[in-house]
Amino acid sequence: MNGNGWTPDRPIVSLKDVHKSFGSLQVLKGISLDVMKGEVVCIIGPSGSGKSTLIRCINALNDIQQGSITVEGQEVHDPKLDKLALRKKVGMVFQQYNLFPHKTALQNVMMAPLLVLKRNREEVERRARALLAKVRLQGKEDSYPGELSGGQQQRVAIARSLAMNPGVMLFDEVTAALDPETVKEVLVTIKELAGEGMTCILVTHEMGFARELADRIYFTDKGVIVEHGPPATFFDRAKDPRTREFLSQIL
Amino acid sequence: MPKAIPGLTAAARTDLPVLHSHKALYAAASPIGFSRWLAGLPLWFPLMLAAAAAVWPLTAGAQSGSGESIAGAFETLLRWIPFLLFDGFTFTVLIGAATMLVGTLLGVFLGLGQISIHPAIAKLSYFLTQIFRNSPWLVLLFIVMLSFPFELNIGGLIIPVPDWIKAVIGLSLPIMANISEIVRGAVNSVPSAQWEAAESLAFTRQQTLWRIVLPQCIKRMIPPWMNWYAILTMATPIVSILGVEEVLNLTRQAIEAENNRPVLLIPFYSFVLLIFFLYCYPIARWTVRLERRFAVKL
Repeated sequence: MNGNGWTPDRPIVSLKDVHKSFGSLQVLKGISLDVMKGEVVCIIGPSGSGKSTLIRCINALNDIQQGSITVEGQEVHDPKLDKLALRKKVGMVFQQYNLFPHKTALQNVMMAPLLVLKRNREEVERRARALLAKVRLQGKEDSYPGELSGGQQQRVAIARSLAMNPGVMLFDEVTAALDPETVKEVLVTIKELAGEGMTCILVTHEMGFARELADRIYFTDKGVIVEHGPPATFFDRAKDPRTREFLSQIL
Repeated sequence: MPKAIPGLTAAARTDLPVLHSHKALYAAASPIGFSRWLAGLPLWFPLMLAAAAAVWPLTAGAQSGSGESIAGAFETLLRWIPFLLFDGFTFTVLIGAATMLVGTLLGVFLGLGQISIHPAIAKLSYFLTQIFRNSPWLVLLFIVMLSFPFELNIGGLIIPVPDWIKAVIGLSLPIMANISEIVRGAVNSVPSAQWEAAESLAFTRQQTLWRIVLPQCIKRMIPPWMNWYAILTMATPIVSILGVEEVLNLTRQAIEAENNRPVLLIPFYSFVLLIFFLYCYPIARWTVRLERRFAVKL
């Protein structure tokens, strides 16, 4: 499909020895990880360990100094790469929702398919309504973001990303700004997505959720991946003392 | 004893100890400072003007010994009022509106230039903005007046360029620069997260700017824009120096036509001041009201 020979048996997202610094501050010091299609991968770690930076590099919101990131076999940080083509494949949901405040929920979901993919309006609207229903927001189509709760806004944001039909979804601490009682409704939405086979990369502090949902967990600290593995091994038989210390503080 | 809580104007009161915020000696510069000041003037201000106009002829009459009555001076003014209003002030309003139109069109371009991702365009736009924002208006006016031809010859077709058109061009330069700053400031006031969200949805920079960012900040630009209109209107009399026949120039001519009687000075010029006040005061009130309504709610 993309002409560079990517097949689903190879990683859909692959990072090799990624280095990133902001000025003299080194944030990522050689990160490598592979995500297969349909996998759910959670990245956890103390704050300031580079988790968000890592996920933002995958859709080129941040650039990298060294290493390689590929999405569906395509190098993300190739200067010749069409960033728009990449971003059509990668959906992203932010901690602060970042909905467009001057547009209704429905318009928020419809904008990108209309303007970027240039799809026909009727079809886009039908799909947008279906997506809002999927995240359980029927009846909220004409509400503005300011009239919705945090959890509702975050679900609109998820629907907005899904409207682009991405191959991979990135979730950057999407429940960190929510009230405890609304966290669940967002997590349920993500869980349903994962159940449908969507490839998901999540940065999260929700350990219970990570344990239940993730195929693999990566623990980052000070810009490197300290340890990774399936949740059962990771949470119960962590090898590295740093991982154990982090888990003992958080669990 | 209940104390007011700093920062709250509503009826929130407390009898708990309250740490008062630091009180600045000077308020921070407001983008609509002029309108704030004008809108805050008490309504007896125009009455005071009228009173000054009434008292002056008395003293002037006493000095010259001509014994001319107040009634006489006001009768003269009354005769001239239609001319001053419909020939003079109408033209002032026309110059203001035309200047605002030209200045806004150019200013929006220059403002968008300031936020361009091409460093050369951004630097040039910044430079032009600062130059025209910080130059004396009168100097700009003289440069335009003296450097522009009085007629244009386009392929044998001769188009005259009257002085007032040149005045509009001259005045629109500082307006352009200030509108440019309004546009830049408003665009920068939209959180960068909005740009990122649009970027992650594969919007181009143009689409993000026109569909996401500008629609969000257009309202915020209206009050400072209106503020500049009021400032500009108050400043238009400077074009009278260049012979443009707006209200101030015609007032001077009217007094001359009445043999330069000193008793007429204050009534006539007070009247001009009063027209400017009556025209700009509602605009200022409206500006302040809109500013409050469009304020970013926290």
